[in-house]
Amino acid sequence: MKTRNIMIVGVGGQGTLIASRILGYIATAAGYDVKLSEVHGMAQRGGSVVTFVRYGDKVEEPIVEPGQADVLIAFERLEAKRYAHYLKPDGVLICNDTRIDPMPVRIGTAKYPENILEDIAKDHTVYKADATEIALGLGNARCFNVVILGMAARHMDYSVEDWYAAIEHTVKPKTIELNKKAFDAGYQLTGE
Amino acid sequence: MSEKRLMLGNEAIARGLYEAGVKVASAYPGTPSTEISENLVQYKDSLYCEWAPNEKVAAEVAFGASIAGVRSFACMKMVGYNVAADPVYSAAYAGVGRGMVLCVADDPGLYSSQNEQDTRMVSRAAQIPVLEPSDSQEAKDMTKLAYEISEKYDKPVVIRTTTRLAHSQGVVELCPREEVPDKEYEKNIAKNVMLPANAIRRHVIVEEQMERLSEDACSFSINRVEMRDAKIGVITSGIPYTYVREALPDASVLKLGMVHPLPRKLIEEFASKVDRLIVFEELMPVIEEQVRSWGIKCEGKDLFTKLGEYSANMLREKVLGEKIEAVPASDIPARPPILCPGCPHRSTFWVLKKLKLHVAGDIGCYTLGAVAPLQVIESCLCMGSSISSLHGIGKAKGEEYLKDWVCVIGDSTFMHTGVNSLMNMVYNQSTGTVIILDNRITGMTGHQDNPATGKTLMGDVVTAIDFEKFCHGLGIENVFTVNAYDQAALTEVVKREVKADHLSVIVAKAPCALIPEAKTTKKCVPVPENCIHCGACTKPGCPALSKNEDGSISIDPTQCNGCTLCMQLCRFNAIREVM
Repeated sequence: MKTRNIMIVGVGGQGTLIASRILGYIATAAGYDVKLSEVHGMAQRGGSVVTFVRYGDKVEEPIVEPGQADVLIAFERLEAKRYAHYLKPDGVLICNDTRIDPMPVRIGTAKYPENILEDIAKDHTVYKADATEIALGLGNARCFNVVILGMAARHMDYSVEDWYAAIEHTVKPKTIELNKKAFDAGYQLTGE
Repeated sequence: MSEKRLMLGNEAIARGLYEAGVKVASAYPGTPSTEISENLVQYKDSLYCEWAPNEKVAAEVAFGASIAGVRSFACMKMVGYNVAADPVYSAAYAGVGRGMVLCVADDPGLYSSQNEQDTRMVSRAAQIPVLEPSDSQEAKDMTKLAYEISEKYDKPVVIRTTTRLAHSQGVVELCPREEVPDKEYEKNIAKNVMLPANAIRRHVIVEEQMERLSEDACSFSINRVEMRDAKIGVITSGIPYTYVREALPDASVLKLGMVHPLPRKLIEEFASKVDRLIVFEELMPVIEEQVRSWGIKCEGKDLFTKLGEYSANMLREKVLGEKIEAVPASDIPARPPILCPGCPHRSTFWVLKKLKLHVAGDIGCYTLGAVAPLQVIESCLCMGSSISSLHGIGKAKGEEYLKDWVCVIGDSTFMHTGVNSLMNMVYNQSTGTVIILDNRITGMTGHQDNPATGKTLMGDVVTAIDFEKFCHGLGIENVFTVNAYDQAALTEVVKREVKADHLSVIVAKAPCALIPEAKTTKKCVPVPENCIHCGACTKPGCPALSKNEDGSISIDPTQCNGCTLCMQLCRFNAIREVM
């Protein structure tokens, strides 16, 4: 199989690492060669973070480069804009439709861009939902990352059972049921 | 079939240490090397591992364990290699008992570091062999190989990683641990005591060892020629090798697993077989300059930068002349890292800002005190530098001038090298004010224990070094511990001590908002009817607080930990605390 390129972008602390590890597990279990690249350290303190997941018959480099992403999963709108140029022409953006102001916006030295998703939709297919709101409805705002992953799962080639198994092997045992519910909630969204 | 697992580069190195039969490992945390120790501790039934107060100590522990006769290890980030340089340069002369390996992690692109130095340069100067893996499987395999090389050539060996390798996951095949019998300790003064008369003889041996290794390296399987189309030949190593395979799948490649010393004959042979020779290496032109010095024509830094990380697109552009169309949008506000909601450092920094003090800073999360809106930290070089810099400022400008200054240093950084600097202040009669930002953990690297937390890497509960007692022991009389969240108390003590004509240490204490000790159900909530929309509460830049369109404020309950800084800044009772 040709290598598939997935990116997860967001704000440090939002849970991009868990989402990428679920993806990594599911691709490894399917027998693919897999490489994942993560950001640790300073950026995890509220900075812009990006995680790459690549899987296929043989994966060389661990990163996805501009113009190569099949699926871009964004946990926040501004981060979707920051990395939108990584999408292939036929790449798909799955976005948590929420806004987190970075410090330059908070202190008034920069403006948060308007119409982000509308602009990206001119060139790419965009699916969006307020996953934070959905996660709050499930009783824990933090599981929004798995809601978004559920949305993205519709654009990948694994069964719901495969995803459940990956969740079971990746998240803390206490949170397995919550995360499965979050996945289901996301999987049922069309996001259009 | 043996088990295969997806592993971080760092995780794979830890696995390699376990499989290689390593018995003693010591380290100081530093991104991107930290996860090696964090993963190694799972094998604690088979080996001993520890957090050392700094990298020099860690390297010396590894040396001691090696001459005592067991396989030993130390790891660090590249700036930690400077701290460890003193023992490392001389260990290169003394050699080893059982194998001694260091892992040093570089950070091209500066994801979490204060410079972009190249470990290969330091290792060349120290005459230490360097291996460089390209993925997680190789990271594990080369870790094991490093011990064989260390023992065969009687040298400590460095495994060089970069952030991209350390923090990338790849599929790794697991093997069982191979127990290596301990070597009998041998009293060998001529080898292990670096007196001038001994060192002068050892230096001869060092030169011979490196020459022999350089020749033998031509037949090492980790130095691999992949002949394809001879039009382009690339010499590369580490992560850049994967970019070459991605962008130039038809090019011939000399993949170097050992980047110091270089296999000269193998390189000369490869160069003679290809039309165009390109050296593709991140950071400094270490391989390129040596290749050129042998009279071989090649391209390298004339095409590629010394800055940051490389990519496959870089090769497509510079070698194939392709144009990369995908460019980022132009009007995107940056999202720099910031102090977390409820971080105790924010509270301390607000006091220093209010008092309009100059602040010499240090390495840790609190270096972010240099960033808007706080912007209180005015200098930061390296671990421990805040205290010595403050001392230097005082000696340059006098005691009166120093009354407008303080320095800040974290608990772990103070233990790392701050203690030496504080001794200097005592000895050389400084009157400065040192603030230890004691958040009870090594924060930035992801919460590791240190000598002041009372817990070890292997989970043992031990005596925590008490800062007050420690400073009293040095002869400092004026030592004060204050709750870092208490604006009034902290203001009072800082104001008083900066003006005093003596050396003082203030311990601003409160646990990092992210660790279990800080877990709380407390929250701050706005009281809108009292709010006059003055915005005083939002000034320190807590990410849990935001200003609404009408000037009132909202506090995100999922982020707030009830630290009460905003509440203390509000003069109108417009924020209250709830349990």
